[in-house]
Parts: sequence; C-alpha cells; structure tokens
Amino acid sequence: MSNANDKMTVAYWPGCVSRGFTPELHGSMALVAERLGIELVELDRANCCGAGVIAEHNQELADTLNARTFALAQKTGHGMMNICSTCQGAQSECQQRLDADSGYRAHINEVLAGQGLEYVKDKDGWENKNFLWLLVEDYGLERLAEQVKRPLAGLRVGPFYGCYILRPKHRLGYEERPERDLYIEMLIETLGGEVVEYDGARKCCGFPVITMNRETSLKQAGTHIGDALDQGADCLVTPCPLCHLNLDMQQPEAAKVVNRDLGLAVLHLPQLVGLALGFEPKELGMGKHIAPTRWVEERLADAGEPAPASA
Amino acid sequence: MPEYTLQIRRYQPESNEGPYWDSFDVELDESLSVLDGILQARDREDGSLSVRCSCRAAICGSCGVKINGSSTLACKTQIGEAHAAANRRNGGGAEQPPRGADEEPPPGSAGHGPNPIVIEPMGNMPVIKDLVTDMESTHWEKIRRVTPWLIPAGDAPEREYIVDPESMVDVTQEIACIQCGACVSSCLSMEVDPGFIGPAALAKAYRFVGDPRDAETEARLYDLAQDPHGIYDCTHCFSCIDACPKGVAPMDQIMRLRRRAADDYGIDDVNNGRRHEHAFTKIIEKKGTLDESLLLQESFAEGIKGKLIPKPAAIKSLIGSVPTAIRGIRTGKMRSLRKLIPGVHEKLPDGAQDEVRQIYEHAEQHSVELNLYIKGEEGDEEAAIEEGLE
Repeated sequence: MSNANDKMTVAYWPGCVSRGFTPELHGSMALVAERLGIELVELDRANCCGAGVIAEHNQELADTLNARTFALAQKTGHGMMNICSTCQGAQSECQQRLDADSGYRAHINEVLAGQGLEYVKDKDGWENKNFLWLLVEDYGLERLAEQVKRPLAGLRVGPFYGCYILRPKHRLGYEERPERDLYIEMLIETLGGEVVEYDGARKCCGFPVITMNRETSLKQAGTHIGDALDQGADCLVTPCPLCHLNLDMQQPEAAKVVNRDLGLAVLHLPQLVGLALGFEPKELGMGKHIAPTRWVEERLADAGEPAPASA
Repeated sequence: MPEYTLQIRRYQPESNEGPYWDSFDVELDESLSVLDGILQARDREDGSLSVRCSCRAAICGSCGVKINGSSTLACKTQIGEAHAAANRRNGGGAEQPPRGADEEPPPGSAGHGPNPIVIEPMGNMPVIKDLVTDMESTHWEKIRRVTPWLIPAGDAPEREYIVDPESMVDVTQEIACIQCGACVSSCLSMEVDPGFIGPAALAKAYRFVGDPRDAETEARLYDLAQDPHGIYDCTHCFSCIDACPKGVAPMDQIMRLRRRAADDYGIDDVNNGRRHEHAFTKIIEKKGTLDESLLLQESFAEGIKGKLIPKPAAIKSLIGSVPTAIRGIRTGKMRSLRKLIPGVHEKLPDGAQDEVRQIYEHAEQHSVELNLYIKGEEGDEEAAIEEGLE
C-alpha cells in the first residue's frame, strides 16, 4: 500500500453528515483524494453507523447494521476509509463485539446471508480507518509532504480530535499505535502549519447532547473555541463532522452561552490538506461555514501564491 | 536503577499561596508504581508531601490522581509506563501543559533530560492539600443521590434471596467499582455542569436497576431520566471508560440506563432523551442514512405531521435552534428549505433500504436486551461474550 507511486484504492464510507449539513466535507475529500492519488470506491448502499444512538436503543441492531457496511466494503476487495471520528468509534465498537465471538458473528451473518453478504473477521488484514489514520499510517507523511504546493506557513492551527477517535484506547488500536492521538499535530507540521496547544484538543465538543442539554453542550463548544483563541489560534481542524456542527454551525449560539465573542474558523481535515495542496478556499467549500474563514484566507495570502503544480 | 523526575502539583492551604509545581528526582525499578515514586519522594525529600493511599494494590481506591493528564490510580500505573507516556507526548510536540489555577506550566520539555512524569490531584473536585482531594460534594453526595441500596419487594425472605446466576452477570461489572473517583475526575460533562450526577453514581444506579431483586426499577429510572443532570446529561465522551481502573465502563452503564428507561419503560422524559433516540432509530429504518433536519424536528416534536405535541422543554430548545437553522440555510449548509421538509431526504438506492429494514426486523425480535459484555479477547471465544440470547 505504500510505494510512492502506487495508486491507493479504498472502500469509501462518507457517513451521513458529510452529505447533509456539511456537504463541503464530502466535496473537499473528493478533490483531495484525486490529487493525492487515492481512489475512492463509494459505498453508496451502506447505512448510517448509528453514532452510538442506535446502540443505545439496541446493540445487536447497531452491530448488524455496521456488519452490513463492513461486508459491503470487504466485497470491494479493499480496506475501508471513513471521514468521521464518530463513524470510526461507533464502527470500531461494533467490530470489536463481532470479532470477539464467532457465535455472535454467525448469528449476525445469518441475516446478511440473505443479502448475499458476509462479514469476515480479519479478511486479508481488512481494516476500517479514518482518513487521518490512513494518511499517516498507509499513505505516509513523507509522501504527503512531497505533494505540498502551498505550505501553510504562519497558519496557527489547533487540533480537535473528537472523542470517538480517541477513546476508549483499547478499542481503537492505541496499544499497537500509541501515537494516534498525536496524528493531527504531526499532520499540521507536515503541511507547514504551526500547532497551537490549547486545553480542548482532546475534549468533547458537546454535540451528542445538543438536543438534550443545550447549556452543557454549547458550554463545551464555546469553552474550547475560547481557549484556542486565547492561545492565538487562526483556526481549528477536525476529522469529525459532528464536532464541526457544534464548533462551527453552533458557534454563534455557543458564544452567547459562554458570554464572549468567538469567531474562529473550524476546518474539516480534508480542507486543511486541500489548502496545502494548492486548492482555493472556495473550491473546498469554506464559504459554507458559519464561522468566518477570512482570517485563514488572509494568512495564506500573506504566505504567497501556491507553487505551480508540477505534474 | 532508573531515575525519574516527578513534577507534582502542590498546594498547602495554610500557606495562603496558590498551587505551584514541585519537582522530585526518584530512583526505582521501572516495574514499580508511580505511587511508590511519590512515597519515595515524601520519605527522602519532603515529609510534607501529601497523598492519600492505603492498600497499594488497586483494591482500596484511595490513590486516585492525574498522571500526565489522565485520571487513574497511582498504585496501578507502572512508573516506567508513565515515563514512556510523558516522552511520547513531548516527542510529538503536543504537550498540553496541565492547567489548574493560574500557576505557571511545569518546566521540562523534550531535549532537556528525561521528561518529567506530571502528577496532579484529581479533577472536578476541590483540593484539600497537594494530591488529596475532597470527594464529598462531587462523589459521595452523588452516590447517595441514587439511593445506593437494594429496595426489595415485600418482606425479606426467611433465608437468602435466590436469583438466577445468569441474571447477575448484568451487574457484575458495576459491582467491581471501588469508589476511587477516577471517572468523576475525568468526566468532561461534569467539567461544564458540576450538577451532573456523574459516571460513578450512575454506574452505581445501574447496579440496582439491573438487580433482579430490586422492586423500584421504574421509579429509579424515572428519577434519573427526568433529572436535567441525569442520564441525558452524559456527553458520551468515553473518558470514564478509559479512566476506570476496574473495567466498570460507567458510560456503558449510563447507556444501559437510557435503554431501560426509554425502551423498556417508555419513559417520555422532559430532556428529549427518549424522543431523540426513538427518532434517530426510526429515521435510519426509513432512510438508511441520517436526515439531520428530520432528526431535529422529530426529536422535538414526534409525529409533527399528525399532532404537534412537543414538551415545554422541547419548545424552548426548538426556538433556541432557529437562529442556527436560518444561518444554515443562508450559507447553503442546509441546501434549501426542501431539506427541512420530511420526505425529501433520499432513501438508499436499489433495494438497499429493504436490506436495512430486514436487519431491523431481525434485531428487533429480541425484546429483552442482549447482554453483550465483552470479557475476554479474541481467540478466547468461549469467554469472550456473555450472551443473553433467548
């Protein structure tokens, strides 16, 4: 998977939100993948991961729904890639339960069999990885660095991981790859940007309780954005579109709850990569954001025009 | 013998000074614990260094602290591992200086000798002295809040209660709790809402909700579902699962409480918890992927097309989200007003939606919760899952 000129192919699960409230994520991922030479085989028949909510209702239902997605991905003959921390966490949880017990797996596969599908444990080392993990572990940061046309010089970026891609560690492969909670920092540096350290990078955005406890939810979002601003961030970057909803879309509301001015751009991971690859903010859908992205654009303008593409 | 530097957050109330960082060099085998390191520093360098501890074997639950930012037991963390974790953080250029009050961040960074192991008192609770916290207001008071004792039906039996061993599997995980407070210390919801009942107390609540001898299951669930700081105040961040030294997985127990309250007892809580879960699950059955506009609408006012009966709290939330919706439409985030009309979001193509529906039919046959508690690892398949398949 790692030869510098190899074309990579992945079974691509875009998730729901990237085709709903954050269409700019799906769009920017497509542009960036093409530029990087990653072929996306979209799983357009696959279903929602359940985001932990369906598991809250019925674990077996969530496990079966995700087993179906895994089976569809395995059928393509490629590893699976997602672009959402929440999908990663919810799917990893189901995969852990499926992989732990052959009897349970057989029970789940019973219903999939009627659809010509089967989830096979460890099929040729099959894995489901967020774009972040794939970039660092399979694509390689050195190979990525070679593609950078516009180093993000002077751009001060705060990482925001999303809980589902961080915890629990035993479920998300941290025993084998303990640096997974540092990948965004490594990526920012590879793209030529500056990492901003602030308190909220590995905390919760609050989104899961936005309809249940608005105050708790928005206080979390507002506090983290405020902390990042206090540390001099120009923007945040996140691999999770649900975090994006609370940090960007709800930002004006969060500002009211924490009672201070905010106004910090929140980029999706493929957007940050895309800027360094030379795409324009508009192409990457940054105009669809709620929080102003103008400051990011000004910083990039200061850094100069992207180098001409060297095919 | 390996040497380590411990960077310890100190605080002495009698000094009238704020908290500060103190550094101690200790020398001990890498397989010994961080607690052993702290005790060595106290014995050899500063007898006033305070830490609460007793058994040194992860049984008594006294020595909860934060090590390199993570809540855990000092006696259960090997000092060699803590050192490796400190180095990893600094090597990656991502050290987050632990923050408490307004004190300076601790010195020591990559390239300047060994990276210090950063030790702080537990979070979300007041500090009495150095590493000793006051667990009364954020732990014990909340434990009492959930009525942590069995309330059986009728008179006690003449001899012991006889229960089916299988039915107790469900609560073995919560029985393992040693009340150390590590989960409370790590809780990100409590950080913004100190009133949240919290992971330890809610796990304790499930210990009785899941107990077949208890007669007040519904009353317990009703209480925890209706409380704005109850089961629906958990933001699902998994911090408590990582923090717990005994594998209690408090967040998983909170999700079970939600399932019991919403699905088994149909408790229509004022926090929109049941409605949110119900709406989400139904939308995926109908459409396969999530239609967020429809979710918002159905969470607040189930069956809006028929009769509009949102809860008063829902109306407040709904009104609160109107500005967000308007901004969303203006920026093209919600691509058009059509997006807000139910039925516009596409179903999965070419029969895929029927496959999803089949899965629902299959899984929803089990009206009783499957206990999918993972005990072991792969390869140990017989012990891996306790399955409650009927």
